[in-house]
Amino acid sequence: MDIFDKYSLPAARHEKVLKVGTDPFNVRMEEMYSATEARVNGRRTILVGTNNYLGLTYDPTCIEAAVDAIRKHGTGTTGSRIANGTYAMHVALEQALAAFMNKRSAMVFPTGYQANLGILSGLAGSNDVILLDADSHASIYDGCRLSGATVVRFRHNDAADLDKRLTRMADDGRCKLIVVEGIYSMLGDRAPLRDFAEVKRKHGAFLLVDEAHSLGVLGDHGRGAAEEQGIEDDADFIVGTFSKSLGAVGGFGASSHPRFDVLRFCSRPYMFTASASPSNVASVLAAIGEIERRPELRHRLWDNASALFDGVVAAGFEVCAAMSPVIALKMPDEETAIYAWNRLLERGVYVNLALPPGTPNQTCLLRASVSAAHTPEQIAEVCRRFAALAGDLAALAAAHSEPVPASL
Amino acid sequence: MDPDVGSIVSDLCDMLQRYNKEQIPLTAETSLGSELNIDSVEVMDLIMEIEDRFNIDIPINLISDVERIEDLAKLVDDRMKGR
Repeated sequence: MDIFDKYSLPAARHEKVLKVGTDPFNVRMEEMYSATEARVNGRRTILVGTNNYLGLTYDPTCIEAAVDAIRKHGTGTTGSRIANGTYAMHVALEQALAAFMNKRSAMVFPTGYQANLGILSGLAGSNDVILLDADSHASIYDGCRLSGATVVRFRHNDAADLDKRLTRMADDGRCKLIVVEGIYSMLGDRAPLRDFAEVKRKHGAFLLVDEAHSLGVLGDHGRGAAEEQGIEDDADFIVGTFSKSLGAVGGFGASSHPRFDVLRFCSRPYMFTASASPSNVASVLAAIGEIERRPELRHRLWDNASALFDGVVAAGFEVCAAMSPVIALKMPDEETAIYAWNRLLERGVYVNLALPPGTPNQTCLLRASVSAAHTPEQIAEVCRRFAALAGDLAALAAAHSEPVPASL
Repeated sequence: MDPDVGSIVSDLCDMLQRYNKEQIPLTAETSLGSELNIDSVEVMDLIMEIEDRFNIDIPINLISDVERIEDLAKLVDDRMKGR
């Protein structure tokens, strides 16, 4: 008996994937050229799967802020927020985030994953109920598990289904926390937040919105899906990440609840990890300023999303959701998805390969995400390469459907 | 077996036919993981169907102990009786 025996099935599945070509789960960015291009397998490749929505990873203001912070404050804090790891800049970032999000307070975490772990396990305890959307991100599932709360799933984006489940447990005297996302990472579809807010009010529940993929992307000020749908007052808690539109690493929770800050000494994932590094904190502070100062970044992002969406639809691909900066193409099966992903990489386009159980409804996806940093020429080139891929897939399907000659 | 649990087992066997790719015979002893090969996400989707069918809530924290169809039937029975 070996301690790794339990992973025999996923290991065998991975071996099969490796036989087709490049390992999709271990792609090496051999050299980054910009926010949108890198060398992969020795080839100049256009990156269309980075979640770098506003392209701020190479923003000169953000870079200068990070470099300056490293020189002044060092490479790391070597301590947690409750010990020696709270610098003036951590507090300044929290104040800037709270002001930007229109909330009373914000807490910063070293990663987005930890933000969900820390906020969910901090908010909910063993006597509470978390109702989570079935398509929630792994960090939400893990945060729920760490909380020890009773966890009930409701059908994806279905406020009536949530209402039904809340009605079943009405008057049980427990606090209810509803957890949804603004834009869902795999398909790029959006939550009907107005409907959820109505159900939340009806049952006296709390609502948490994870704006990981919608911060900087939706809303007139870039505050996310809650702003776009006009339900910010109903969103009791917001979770967000720095590793997408803000171009760094880290995450945050924000709220106007007067007792929110108790989590600073009651949330274990907040307390027992080193604080975010000075360069990260500084670049995120600068990035918030850029989002506020340059709404044109958001407009460019949506122009690019629209162009790529139209391009892949014209090439004949089935798209899983309405147009958004996340564009997921549905593949007929796992074998085709892996083949298509490799052909696209050989043509110099990187997208994410997404397979079950990490995807909704057992679907196999090529997941593209666009950036404000893509030029119109890059998007047009990516569309041409998708069209070529459509040709490859048609040839593959034709080869499979050809009758086997009798001599074989 | 408790007669209530027995009747839930037969309901569950009907519901599980959709996941029965190999068309193996389903009994109270059938394992969801090692015999039916239902993955963790499919189990959670199945749980939502069962919740609607029996009008109960089954928190996902309770399903880690479920291995056989009978375990699932006992869990449904417990939830229906408010345990």
